[in-house]
Amino acid sequence: MNPDLTERAFEKTSPYLVGREKVREFSRAVFASSPVNFSVEAAHEAGFADVVAPPSFAIVLQQLTLDQLIGAEDAGIELTHVVHGAQQFTYTRPIVAGDELTAQLSVTSIKTLGGNAMITAESAVHDIRGEHVVTAVSTLVVRGDA
Amino acid sequence: MSSDEVIVHRYEVGEVVAEATYSLDRESLVRYAGASGDFNSIHYRDDVAESVGLPGVLAHGMLTMGLAVQPVVEWLRDPTRVLDYQVKFTRPVVVDPVTGVAIGVRAVIGQLDEAAGTGRIDLTVTVDGTTVLGKAQVRVTLP
Repeated sequence: MNPDLTERAFEKTSPYLVGREKVREFSRAVFASSPVNFSVEAAHEAGFADVVAPPSFAIVLQQLTLDQLIGAEDAGIELTHVVHGAQQFTYTRPIVAGDELTAQLSVTSIKTLGGNAMITAESAVHDIRGEHVVTAVSTLVVRGDA
Repeated sequence: MSSDEVIVHRYEVGEVVAEATYSLDRESLVRYAGASGDFNSIHYRDDVAESVGLPGVLAHGMLTMGLAVQPVVEWLRDPTRVLDYQVKFTRPVVVDPVTGVAIGVRAVIGQLDEAAGTGRIDLTVTVDGTTVLGKAQVRVTLP
């Protein structure tokens, strides 16, 4: 595990266009049943431009940044040894189909305990106007028994 | 009601606001893999799960997290009311190839800030009576 990762500036991901059918597909997959997740009319009536993504959809954006982290050659992280320890989403507003979103990663802490490392990865998601949508924080445990 | 009366306690700490049970099978995992883009094979291949020392094919932690908040979202009706959602993944959810697994969710008011109109909803997420998520909390604007 490379301890210098906390000081690294990761590049913003290229814009991710949230598709209406992707929102519906994800909604079905997490057993969502709110009309605003599926129906454009229901979303309009509730004041949204298009169908609304469930709260955990932001993981799709965060995953793009975690791929940057795990893929960094000098990170020293072996994917098969990574366990998801904890997850948090803090929303300014829900994600809606049609949003173009970018995510930017920062590694806020690395702790080692025994042979294991615990990484806190924070991904800030903004829309095309630069306004904050959600911040996703993943705690990853990297087992040292490689 | 006279105009100077204020409703102070619309909710009470400890009140159950939502409850649900979800049945997952292997197809649910494949569907979530496709929807989320998480194709880690421990979520659909018994041989791979076994080779890394797991008790069986596991549900994606993010699938459990994603479905566990749904009873709260349905209770709130308005998705903008979910301000913050966090969980710890404390126990793996094994999905049997034949019988699948049932995940129970119980959502209880854990804390209230009546002045701000917000509250913390605590989720108890269980398989066979054992909790699989820790500190599963949703901060919401109360309806």
